[in-house]
Amino acid sequence: MVFARQRKQADTKNRKQKNWYLTIGIVLTACMLIFITVGFFWTPYKPSALSAADREAAPSLRHLFGCDQMGRDVFSRTLEGAGSTLTIALAVLAVGAVCGLVIGALCGYYGGRLDALIMRLCDAVAAFPSVLLALVVLAVTGPGKYNVIGALGVLFIPSFARLVRGEFLKYRDRDFVQSARLMGVGDLRIIFVHILPNIWPVLLSGLTIGFNNAVLAEASMSYLGIGVSPTEPSLGYMLKDAQGVFFTLPWCTAFPAAVAILLILGMGMVGEGIRERMGVAS
Amino acid sequence: MGKALLKRAGLLIGTLLLVSVLAFVAFSVIPGDPTGSVLGMEATDEQIAAFRARMGLDLPVWQRYWNWLTAFVTGDFGQSFKFDMPVSELVFTRAQATLVLAAAAFILIVVISLPLGLIAARRQGGIVDRVVTVLTQVTMSVPNFIMGIGLMYLFALVLKWFRPEYVPLKDGLGAHLRYMLLPALAVALPKSAMTVKLLRGSILGELGQDYIRTAYSKGSSRGSVLRRHVLRNAMIPVVTFLAMAIGDIMAGSIVIEQVFSIPGLGRILISSIGTRDYPVVQAIVVLLAGVVVLCNFLADLLYRVMDPRIDGR
Repeated sequence: MVFARQRKQADTKNRKQKNWYLTIGIVLTACMLIFITVGFFWTPYKPSALSAADREAAPSLRHLFGCDQMGRDVFSRTLEGAGSTLTIALAVLAVGAVCGLVIGALCGYYGGRLDALIMRLCDAVAAFPSVLLALVVLAVTGPGKYNVIGALGVLFIPSFARLVRGEFLKYRDRDFVQSARLMGVGDLRIIFVHILPNIWPVLLSGLTIGFNNAVLAEASMSYLGIGVSPTEPSLGYMLKDAQGVFFTLPWCTAFPAAVAILLILGMGMVGEGIRERMGVAS
Repeated sequence: MGKALLKRAGLLIGTLLLVSVLAFVAFSVIPGDPTGSVLGMEATDEQIAAFRARMGLDLPVWQRYWNWLTAFVTGDFGQSFKFDMPVSELVFTRAQATLVLAAAAFILIVVISLPLGLIAARRQGGIVDRVVTVLTQVTMSVPNFIMGIGLMYLFALVLKWFRPEYVPLKDGLGAHLRYMLLPALAVALPKSAMTVKLLRGSILGELGQDYIRTAYSKGSSRGSVLRRHVLRNAMIPVVTFLAMAIGDIMAGSIVIEQVFSIPGLGRILISSIGTRDYPVVQAIVVLLAGVVVLCNFLADLLYRVMDPRIDGR
């Protein structure tokens, strides 16, 4: 009764009030994606090109974000670095979300002893900060883009698996699932065709959080010098690179940092908007 | 309660053993041992054999693990390859800065987020609430090391209130803490934003419950309802969150140490990874894992004490 009333209040509120989070978030994320996509095809200068004349140049019309101590154009490098960061984050998300979805769905749907064991393992892994674990993995494998993706991707599986499992637990004994079962629908079809569409809002909101965590983890690791290798710099690597000239050439730090923040902020607001609209608890 | 606790304690020890096995085996199976980087290229075969025997590198993996584990629980973490000193000595001298940083960050989180969350929830929809909501959303999006860089820029370069030169504890507690304030703030701010959001949501959730209406209808004032009914229940998820956050705070401290050049565990961890000084890496990883697992255990304990309903499960 109380819940129904609250639900109704929330619904009318949502209809009246515009969902600012979702609007601003989508606009911001779209801008960032356009910015980064352009960077894949075109940069004003070659990101690694050295130019002695422009060494330590301040931001100007010629070099929008200025130049670093070696005369490399910071704008071009930021475009390239953001592209690298985005690629890694999306790849991490793909690995973590797909594996997590399958494991979580099967565990939640079938339950049983294996489910209990897998969830124990997931709890154990999820208890640790992922940056710390990824650092250890990369200490063994050495730095590099694909090692970062592999390490973070695997470490992101437990959180997705737990999220998906919880949702499947909620749905597996619902009437529509039981009807489908009575009609002889196969388990896999029930899982992916009947139940999965119902958990999209939760999954989407989980994906936005996962994306932000991936950007954050990659940036932190590259900043520590244990992430990407110098030949394929990401935003985190640029920040590490710029630390030595932090007080003399602040633009080398400011612009990559701003891009990272805007990327996370936009995606965070999209997630918040989804939760607000769908009434998903965060 | 006793049985559930025993189960959790068993899980705690199991997790730690798992971590120790992983930390040990991972570094044992990779090709290339530290002999080359310690002795250099010109080392003779006898020198290498002597070094490997001294470090125990010539035994099989499981035997090395057993020796290492039994020594570890007695506080002997082995010998550093790179520095000519026991790992325990190295780790414990470095741990001080990290512990101060993490503790300061934790205190800051509590001090910043509790009042803000309370005010925001109390005046829901008001000016303060809106400002706090926007601020938390933005602050949450700033990675803590970028926060550190930003704070450094503002306070060291623009305002000139902060000298970016590490002050060790032996130069006086006051000066040491003053230096640690900014890094601690960098670790604390993003986490505080999350805490504010959680607390605000939690309070608002409680305010919608039936028992609050009952409390009002028996004549309680708004302040008394907030203090006596709402806050007690609303704090339960927040306390659990804070206890769980300690792992993230430790991880955050490790990154922030790099920004503010604080010679703590993080810096030695990173440099040891670089020089393949595995005894140091293993010891730090297992110790940090111990702290994290212990905090999660305490969080669970606190949860049970604060919310007796959990027992029924």
